[in-house]
Amino acid sequence: MRHLYTWSAVLAIVVASISGDVLLSRAMKQVGDVGELRRRFGSLAVVRRVLRNPAFLAGILLMAIGFYSLLFALSWGDVSLVGPASASLTFVGNAIAAKIFLHERVDHRRWMAALLVGAGVALLAR
Amino acid sequence: MTFRKYLVLAGVTVFAALGDSLLSHGMKQIGGISPKDFKDLLVAVANPWVALGILLLLGFFVSYLTALSWADLTYVLPASSLGYVLLALIAKYFLHEQITIWRWLGILLISAAVGFVTQGPALTHHEPACKSAREGADRELVGMRDS
Repeated sequence: MRHLYTWSAVLAIVVASISGDVLLSRAMKQVGDVGELRRRFGSLAVVRRVLRNPAFLAGILLMAIGFYSLLFALSWGDVSLVGPASASLTFVGNAIAAKIFLHERVDHRRWMAALLVGAGVALLAR
Repeated sequence: MTFRKYLVLAGVTVFAALGDSLLSHGMKQIGGISPKDFKDLLVAVANPWVALGILLLLGFFVSYLTALSWADLTYVLPASSLGYVLLALIAKYFLHEQITIWRWLGILLISAAVGFVTQGPALTHHEPACKSAREGADRELVGMRDS
């Protein structure tokens, strides 16, 4: 049962983190190049534009859900399992979600990078 | 990619690794906190290492959002994953943790991934919905600036 709880929490971390990253990425594309905007309109206008973006606020909320899921997962499972499992699955899941929801062109180079980082993170935690 | 943009990606990498390391160092000084002693978690922020760690993680978040404003998610995440390598090196040389052969292999794979992804373009797609939202917000800001 404990095993099931741990993996359910890992799934919650992965889903919340991927959704949060995708929403933050979409929000920042809607905001535009921050450096250029700051030069044209000033820092305060950029901060206001970011904070008024609904996708940004939803992204932050999902990141918070991911963080609390991590705390729950760590209370049930070992950090050496929860950490690498959630990080590497999030890397690969992000590549899939970015292709579907953000319409990014994920070529073989980016697939390889996502898989290598996922495997690398899993090895770092051994 | 301009020098400024590489600097932002370096910021994502360095701020995350240093922030996590300082948090780890500070929390080890404080000792274990049980879920029942939730108030101790608030006191932990008063520890200078934890406070500096939080400040650096704020720097990470600002750099991350800046990078996402001009680059794809599938570019930013692998390109900034050198932070894992930096974290392992900090753990070995400053926190005196043991780095096994498996960890060195993990570092090698992550470094190869960074090499792969940074050879390609940073941005591959402009969504029409994002473009129109951006243009609408631009007009609004121009109006506010001129009034």
